[in-house]
Amino acid sequence: MKKLIPEARVSRPRPKPPLPTRLSSRHLLGLEGTSRAELELIFETAETMLGVLDRPIKKVPPLRGLTVVNLFYEASTRTRFSFELAEKRLSADTVNFSASGSSVSKGESLVDTVKNIEAMKIDMVVIRHPSAGAPHKLAREIDSPVINAGDGQHEHPTQGLLDLLTIRRTFGRIEGLVVTIVGDVLHSRVARSNIWGLVTLGAEIRLCGPSTLMPVEVERMGVKVYSELDEALEGAHVVNVLRLQRERQQSGLLPSIREYSRLWGITPERLAHMHPNHIVMHPGPMNRGVEIVPEVADGPHSVILPQVTHGVAVRMAVLYLLAGGSERGAA
Amino acid sequence: MARPSPFSPRRGTGTLVIAGGRLIDPASGFDGEADLRISKGRIEKIETANRLSARDIERGGGQVLDARGKVVSPGFVDLHVHFREPGREDEETVLSGSQAAVAGGFTTVCCMPNTEPAIDRQEVVQFILHQAESAYCRVLPIAAITRDRKGDILTEMGELKRAGAVAFSDDGSPVEQAATMRRALQYARQFGMPVAAHCEEMSLSAGGSMHEGYASTRAGLRGIPSLAEELMVARDIELAAECGAHLHLCHLSTARSVSLVREAKKRGVKVTAEATPHHFSLTDDLVPERYDTSLKVNPPVRTASDVKAIIKGLQDGTIDCIATDHAPHAREEKELEFDQAPFGLIGLETALCVSITSLVRPGKLSLPELVALLCSRPAGVFGLTAGRLSPGAPADVCVFDPELPVQFQAGSFHSKSQNSPFADRPWVGTVVQTLVDGHIVYDRVAATG
Repeated sequence: MKKLIPEARVSRPRPKPPLPTRLSSRHLLGLEGTSRAELELIFETAETMLGVLDRPIKKVPPLRGLTVVNLFYEASTRTRFSFELAEKRLSADTVNFSASGSSVSKGESLVDTVKNIEAMKIDMVVIRHPSAGAPHKLAREIDSPVINAGDGQHEHPTQGLLDLLTIRRTFGRIEGLVVTIVGDVLHSRVARSNIWGLVTLGAEIRLCGPSTLMPVEVERMGVKVYSELDEALEGAHVVNVLRLQRERQQSGLLPSIREYSRLWGITPERLAHMHPNHIVMHPGPMNRGVEIVPEVADGPHSVILPQVTHGVAVRMAVLYLLAGGSERGAA
Repeated sequence: MARPSPFSPRRGTGTLVIAGGRLIDPASGFDGEADLRISKGRIEKIETANRLSARDIERGGGQVLDARGKVVSPGFVDLHVHFREPGREDEETVLSGSQAAVAGGFTTVCCMPNTEPAIDRQEVVQFILHQAESAYCRVLPIAAITRDRKGDILTEMGELKRAGAVAFSDDGSPVEQAATMRRALQYARQFGMPVAAHCEEMSLSAGGSMHEGYASTRAGLRGIPSLAEELMVARDIELAAECGAHLHLCHLSTARSVSLVREAKKRGVKVTAEATPHHFSLTDDLVPERYDTSLKVNPPVRTASDVKAIIKGLQDGTIDCIATDHAPHAREEKELEFDQAPFGLIGLETALCVSITSLVRPGKLSLPELVALLCSRPAGVFGLTAGRLSPGAPADVCVFDPELPVQFQAGSFHSKSQNSPFADRPWVGTVVQTLVDGHIVYDRVAATG
C-alpha cells in the first residue's frame, strides 16, 4: 500500500544517476508518483524541443505516421491548441473531438466512444474531462497511451510540467526554491500537479488562499498553508497565481469577489515581499483585476507568456517519449 | 456441458441430520461438536450424546449432511438489502437477490423500500410478499417512513405493519425535516415498530462522491464529510430519546457516530445500529488508486481510524449487528465516471468471507461472536424469530467452512449485478450449504463437484 505521508526530505548532495531513456508508464495520468529522474528526462527532452521551436522550420519527423486524438469533454482553447501544435510540430496526424458536437449527447459512454475511435486505428489519446479519474479509466480500457490534459479537480500534469520547466529555466534548479501557490487550491488540478512535481523535486511549497477554498488535509501532500498573503510571499522565488472562477462566489464559498481581490489579489505592493529575482506565473486564462492586476500580469517579473511557449515544448516532449522516444528516431 | 446449479427452489420441508460439524447457536450459547437433527423442516434438537459415527455419516445418503470440518450455524439475517423490485428488475429481483442471499448463507433478508414505486402502501408490501413466496430465502419488506420517500407525509404505518412490513425506513434518503422524523418516531412507536434511519445531512454531502479527507484531496473528488452523518445521528438520537421510540441506525461509518450511539445506549435511549462489511474492511485511500466505481458507496468508506472504531463498536456491543446494504447496480451505470456513477455495492455473497478475514482471523472477534452479529443479534433488533437453532424453530441453517479460501470475479456473483469491490482478491471463509425449512436451497458442493 502507498505511504500516506511523504517521507521527510533529506537534503544531502545526491550523485546524479544517468537519465533514463524512457518513461516508466505507458501513460501520463498525473505527476503524483512521477519520479525525479522521469521529470528530468521530460525537461531535458523539452529543452531539445524548445530548440526546434526556435528554428525557422518548426517541424520534425518523430511522430510521422502516428495519429493522435484530442478528446476534449470540456471547453478549452489554449490547452487544446497547445497539444495540437505540439502534435503537428512532431509530424503526427491529429483528430479533434469535442463533446458538444458528438455522440456524448446520445448517451454513449466515454469508454464506448474511445473504443470506437481506437478501432479507427489511432495511436495516442489526449483527454480533457470534467470528471476526476476519467483518464485512468480510459488507460485501463484501451491499448493506446493516454495523456491526461486535465481531469476534473484532480491533475493537469502537462500544465504542472510546463510550470516546473519555467521555474527550472529561470533559476537553473528547483530544489530549495520557495514556491507560493495562491488562490482556489480546492478546485485546482493545476495546483495538485504543481505540488506533486515540486515535492518530488525538493522545493518549499506554500499555499495561500481563502480557507473555504483549501482542500482538507492538504498539508499531508508536503505543503504549508498560510492565511496571510504577505507572509506566504516573504522571500518566495515563485508565485503561481490560480484562476478564480466567478461561480465560487455564486456557490457561497466566498462572500464577494471584491474581498477576494483585496485579500488575495496579486499587486505590485504584494510582490515587494518576494525574493528580488522572483517570477510571477499564471496558468491562464486570467481574470485581470480579480486574482492579478494588469501591472503584475504584464510586469517585468511576469513569465506568463514564456509559460505558454514552454507548454508546447513540454507537450512535444511527453508525446515524443510516450511514442517510444529515441527508439522511433531522434528529434 | 452446463455446470449443475447450486440452487434448489424451496420445496416443502426437509428431514435430515447435519452431522459432524462444530455447531454454533449464539441464542442458546451453544458452541461445540454436535449433530443437528431436523424433522419436517423444523429443528428437532442439538444432539450431543447420540451422534452419528463417521461410518454412519459416510453411508448416510440423503438423510445425512456431512458437516465434518465445517461450522453449522443459524442462517444469517440481513436487515438491509436492496432487491430493486419493483422498478429496476434489470439490476435485481426478489428471486435473484434471494439467490445471492442463500449463496452468502443468509436465510432471512429485509428489503428496503426505495423501489419504484416505493414500498409505501399495502399493495406494494403484498406484492413483495407475493414475490417472496417463490424466493430461495425469507424476504421481509421494510416499508417507507413517508409517502414516496419524499420526507413529508407519513405512510399508513398501522396498515403496513398488518400487511407484513417489519420496520420503516426511507433508506437512501434521510428524513430531512426534524419535525417529520419526530412524528414518524412517535407514530411508529405505538405499533412497536423500529424506524431505520439513513443519517445524512444533505446540505453537507451534496455533490460529494467519497469521504472528505486527504484521499479526496488527492483524488480531486468532492468529499462527503463525516459530519454529514454525525449531525443526523445526533439529531435522530435526541428525537428518539424524547419520543421513547426504537431508532435503528443504518450503516454507521464514522468513529464519532459510534461514540454517539455508545453514549446514547449508556443513557438508556432505545437505539440500535448496524455496520456493513465494507465499512469495517475498506478505506478511502483505495479510491484514488484506480477510481474504481465499485468503491463508490453512501455513506462512503472512510479512514483507517473509522474502521478501527467500527470494529471496536462491534466488539463492545455498541453496534448490534452486521448488515450488508446489498445495493445492485447495472453495469452500464457503474461504468460511468466516478463522480457520475451511482452509489452502492453488492454485499450478500461476500459478507461472511470479508467478516471472517477482517474480524475473526486478526483476532478482533471470535467466530461465535461473528455468528451472533450475523444471525441472532440482527433478528433481535427487528424482533424476528429467525436466527436461532431452538427446537421447534424453522430449520434455517448455514453450513460454512471458516478456513476455506474463496475468490470472486465480476461475472461469478449470483446477484444480477456484479458491482463488488471485493472481487479479484483472496478471502477466507466459504458458505458450503444453506438450508431453509430443512431444505437445501444452496449447495456449493453440488455445483463444484
